[in-house]
Amino acid sequence: MSSVTTSPGKPSLGSISAGRKIKDRLVQGFVYLAFALAVIPLVSVLWTVLSNGVKRLDADFLGHSMNGVSGRDTGGGAYHAIIGTLEQVAIASAIAVPIAVLTAVYLVEYSGGGRLGKVISFFVDVMTGIPSVVAGLFVLALWLLTFDFGFSGFAGALALTILMIPTVVRSSEEMLKLVPNELREASYALGVPRWRTILFVILPTALTGMVTGIMLAVARVMGETAPLLLTIFFTKAINTDPFKDPQGSLPSFIWEQAKDPNQNSIDRAWTGALVLILIIMVLNLAARLIAGRRAPSGR
Amino acid sequence: MAKRIEVSGLHAYYGGTHAIEDISMTIEPRSVTAFIGPSGCGKSTFLRTLNRMHEVIPGARVEGKVLLDDEDLYGSSVDPVAVRRVVGMVFQRPNPFPTMSIYDNVAAGLKLNGVRRKSQLDEVVEESLQGANLWNEVKDRLGKPGAGLSGGQQQRLCIARAIAVQPQVLLMDEPCSALDPISTLAIEDLIGKLKGQFTIVIVTHNMQQAARVSDRTAFFNIAGTGKPGKLIEIDDTSKIFTNPEQKATEDYITGRFG
Amino acid sequence: MSSETGVEATAGARHRATARRMSTGRAGDKIFVSAARGSGIAVLAIMAAIAVFLIWKAIPALQDNKANFITAEEWNPNATPPKFGIAQLAFGTIVSSLLAMLIATPVAIGIALFISFYSSRKLASFLGYIVDLLAAVPSIVYGLWGLAFLSKHMDGISEFLNTVLGWIPLFGGDSPGKNSIFTASVVLAIMILPIISSITREVFLQVPRANVEAALALGATRWETIRLSVLPYGRSGMIGASMLGLGRAMGETIAVAMVLTYVPGINIHLLEDGGATFASNIANSFDEASATGRGALIASGLVFFTITLVINMLARAVVARRKEFV
Repeated sequence: MSSVTTSPGKPSLGSISAGRKIKDRLVQGFVYLAFALAVIPLVSVLWTVLSNGVKRLDADFLGHSMNGVSGRDTGGGAYHAIIGTLEQVAIASAIAVPIAVLTAVYLVEYSGGGRLGKVISFFVDVMTGIPSVVAGLFVLALWLLTFDFGFSGFAGALALTILMIPTVVRSSEEMLKLVPNELREASYALGVPRWRTILFVILPTALTGMVTGIMLAVARVMGETAPLLLTIFFTKAINTDPFKDPQGSLPSFIWEQAKDPNQNSIDRAWTGALVLILIIMVLNLAARLIAGRRAPSGR
Repeated sequence: MAKRIEVSGLHAYYGGTHAIEDISMTIEPRSVTAFIGPSGCGKSTFLRTLNRMHEVIPGARVEGKVLLDDEDLYGSSVDPVAVRRVVGMVFQRPNPFPTMSIYDNVAAGLKLNGVRRKSQLDEVVEESLQGANLWNEVKDRLGKPGAGLSGGQQQRLCIARAIAVQPQVLLMDEPCSALDPISTLAIEDLIGKLKGQFTIVIVTHNMQQAARVSDRTAFFNIAGTGKPGKLIEIDDTSKIFTNPEQKATEDYITGRFG
Repeated sequence: MSSETGVEATAGARHRATARRMSTGRAGDKIFVSAARGSGIAVLAIMAAIAVFLIWKAIPALQDNKANFITAEEWNPNATPPKFGIAQLAFGTIVSSLLAMLIATPVAIGIALFISFYSSRKLASFLGYIVDLLAAVPSIVYGLWGLAFLSKHMDGISEFLNTVLGWIPLFGGDSPGKNSIFTASVVLAIMILPIISSITREVFLQVPRANVEAALALGATRWETIRLSVLPYGRSGMIGASMLGLGRAMGETIAVAMVLTYVPGINIHLLEDGGATFASNIANSFDEASATGRGALIASGLVFFTITLVINMLARAVVARRKEFV
């Protein structure tokens, strides 16, 4: 071995070759730069929304609709849109959550790697990839064009349901898989039937994690715009009945106001964005708090 | 090319946990020094302070001095990367790079150090594999993935990878604990052969192994859970196993421990 | 004898008791399992319905179409006779999302490396939160930001690229603008950063500690450790992640619809104003669409869905192959 010199120069503890050091530093620089590049737009988005949105964040905005207000006018608000968004998301959750949670239960607890389970799992993956606008088109084709219902908040909720189901299935599945098998076996060993085990042992154990996943999914569909444009259409007036006639929603409110070239409209769009982000952030934060509270007791 | 290691007043921590306390010892060149002791006594932690691998764990830190022929590994001008180049290490579980061939595994360290010439690489790869008693078994399949070898062969591949860069010191962290008896014997033979060139430090939980391969043995112990590990005594292996100074060592050796 | 019958009797009683308990269990089980299986089947039914109704409602419009649906660039389904084709939409969709992927992937991998290997553990979890926050911002807000803020700052960058890289046709053209496919790609890139970086980070987390330590112990610098033990291990995971990002970018509607100014016809000069994607076209032309116009949009949506489906499936296959490989 001594005949071969394996390293150029005598190795010293002080340093490695300059070339290696420079390359290491270059990569480090690139990695730091990449991070800065990601932070800049985030800060910029949040800052522009905040600074432009605060101007119109007043009682008028939160308490009034756009009824009789034209683009040029000051005043006007998003009350109709906030009501619409809350109703649509609530209906979507009411439909999507039971279906999705039961599907997750089937996949984890019942399918046992059977063919039906695999097929469902595959199509949940497919569903995850549905572009939101296609979900809107589907509801348009089914609900409006085939069944001949009109635009309504409920139609929008149906589109949101399709977008919500796969994310809730996946997150609930993850949580159910985390429930230790010993818990199931302990319950079966006591002679508890399977459905009671699932209902009273497994689901409560996974509950906080599942709630977190559901809240994140809610936050996600709350910002969806494209499917709503095709299903709830537009209105400037307050419509509290989600089953009849076009309804407002925050995302479509922003879309509409942003397309109007008047500065007063643009201002309303920013404030709408601010309100939307605030609601979503509150949901995210709450989800995180719930998830965090669970962590010490879990496993 | 082997060097003497002198440790003085060494403490190691994991976050707020004091893992090992005030260790001082001298490790002689061209010899095998074994670290024994119950699990959790800090022998592996101490080993990892000798090539600055301890600090790669988040929150871990070291106090004290480790002199390698009068140069302090923890001196302010020392680059830990350069330290690891000089003090090689073999781990408990064989860990060849899974996506690399046998040849590339052995050549990896050389390539890092800027060796590009094919003839030189070929030569060192063959010498290192021969040095690790693996050449005859793999010379016909150097291009095959290293992960395809048996556990014992993989461990010898890792030894070949470590000695290819011609370190001064070779640290081995329970190198046989994941291996069967025949592979263990092969590695022990290899250790006997390598000590002619390197300063070898081996951590083992197997006292017979320490007795078989080492010239000097250090016994580590821990006063209780949550307490830091300490060096109880270090001496010639024959002395430790026949007539240790400390009662605790004798209890451990004779199995009367705990 | 008597003791035997006694035993049998108690055993029988016990058996009956068990049977009774089990039967209630079974009835409950039956209801519960049907509910669970029914929900799973409902998911399948929804998917089938999506395919069936999109095709069904697209056919009449396609039959009325007087242009080639695949190759025509114009989109005039409301005219008589209706003429529409998806060529421009497909071009805009594919080019903008590919460009977005090319911009986002290196940055996203950089972010994942930063969080996994260059920051302290505390900082890492905070940074992970920041990236998640980036993902939580809805696309309409990115659209508004892109329209009202970013595009105003894009002409400088566009002109610079046009001057320096103008010899490449894609960056060529005489009048670089701000409502271009390029601007849309930048907005898309920002939007898909979080998904690419969080999947990549997951892959990095799975790199065995032993591999990393092997490289470190050999005297590798941080970058060399990443190159030796992290990147080879995570290669297919990173490819899968960026393809999922591509699928996300393709499906993105509102932000693109807000940023782009519609100009008819394919324009390969990406820095010039104009362009449309499947999704932006649906959002922008739905208001004024006639019955045929809606059918035409549904037909384009069908093609669009198929393309994103193929991309997503490929991405998943790549990610899954990595799991098997390891």
